[in-house]
Amino acid sequence: MEKEPASKVELAPGVGGGGEIPTFDITLKVRRYNPEVSDEAHWDEWQLTMYGTDRVLDALHKVKWEHDGSVSFRRSCAHGVCGSDAMRINGRNRLACKTLLKDLDTSKPILVEPIKGLPVEKDLIVDMEPFFQSYREIMPFLVSKGHEPSKERLQSAEERDRYDDTTKCILCAACTSSCPVFWTDGQYFGPAAIVNAHRFIFDSRDDAGDMRLEILNDKEGVWRCRTTFNCSEACPRGIQVTKAISEVKQAILTRRI
Amino acid sequence: MATPTIESPRSGRVSPGYSRTANSRGNFEMIAWLFMRISGAILVVLIFVHLYVNLVAGDGISGIDFGFVAGKWASPIWQIWDLTMLWLAMLHGTNGIRVIINDYAEKNSTRMWLKGVLYTSTVVIVVLGTLVIFTFDPCPVINGVAHVADYCPAP
Repeated sequence: MEKEPASKVELAPGVGGGGEIPTFDITLKVRRYNPEVSDEAHWDEWQLTMYGTDRVLDALHKVKWEHDGSVSFRRSCAHGVCGSDAMRINGRNRLACKTLLKDLDTSKPILVEPIKGLPVEKDLIVDMEPFFQSYREIMPFLVSKGHEPSKERLQSAEERDRYDDTTKCILCAACTSSCPVFWTDGQYFGPAAIVNAHRFIFDSRDDAGDMRLEILNDKEGVWRCRTTFNCSEACPRGIQVTKAISEVKQAILTRRI
Repeated sequence: MATPTIESPRSGRVSPGYSRTANSRGNFEMIAWLFMRISGAILVVLIFVHLYVNLVAGDGISGIDFGFVAGKWASPIWQIWDLTMLWLAMLHGTNGIRVIINDYAEKNSTRMWLKGVLYTSTVVIVVLGTLVIFTFDPCPVINGVAHVADYCPAP
């Protein structure tokens, strides 16, 4: 007789299977805001029993699905690729889907707030439009002069490597909303727009680098950066954001002088 | 039946606090950024030589008096040295404070007032300092009486 696959074997109740996952209790505090009820934001907290494999997003799901359905937050892929669920977790900008609860201090309440510097719409949801407006302004698309090649546009491995780091951006706004300059001056382009400009400025196939440098050589452009490294620390993709901004500064300088 | 007009989803959504004004382009911020780096490097040399010559070399700190300063400013090298130091330090510091005001002032009116005070004080100090360096007379004649020190030429 054919043997049943391991996943179909019935386990006796009380047997956890291979390596049981430890559980622990946490206190989750979420910054709530609902303009239809009150202009003031307040904190709500819940006691939850979570597993060692759970992320902050799982705790938020547990609250939304089992305790309070009115808690609002964005999330799409839940695996650190779409960049929807950037939020301020214990004072640091993180993706809720990439932050394991066991890596946080579970003896204290875990604080979850919306990202700073952008207008809050409800609970953890902010208006991303100012962020995307800056992104659109730096022309985040390939611009090439001359005839369109009949084959693919060739590029050497070294040329590709030049801007490899900044291709990783998922537009989650963790960097821009961690920048103290952006907090007080919403007109600043912000790290994310500069990172995405960097991705095309240093692309050998692109011909609009000068235009992008001209756009960023602005009162609210790269010179607003104070190199506090908050953006590099916040980036969930590990992009060296401050380094990219400095490279754009250098490019503007060498072009002008 | 008139069809209702549906506005573009992006129209009028971004609050004015986030919109850049059209005339914010230009090289001024780049030049200011570059000036901070260059003047900073020069100032390190200027200030540490200044401190060494005044406080360590020769008699050290006990050698500083009116005559010491007068002797230094008799030489055009020290005049130029101090003048450069004055101008670079003042412009470097003023630009630093300007940037801090831009970062921290929340209202445009506050920003304007703070910058007004800053620029006025900078102009006063730079003009006064320059005037002193070039018009300094170690052996002044006041009301017809020459205040002669031992380093002054005999009248």
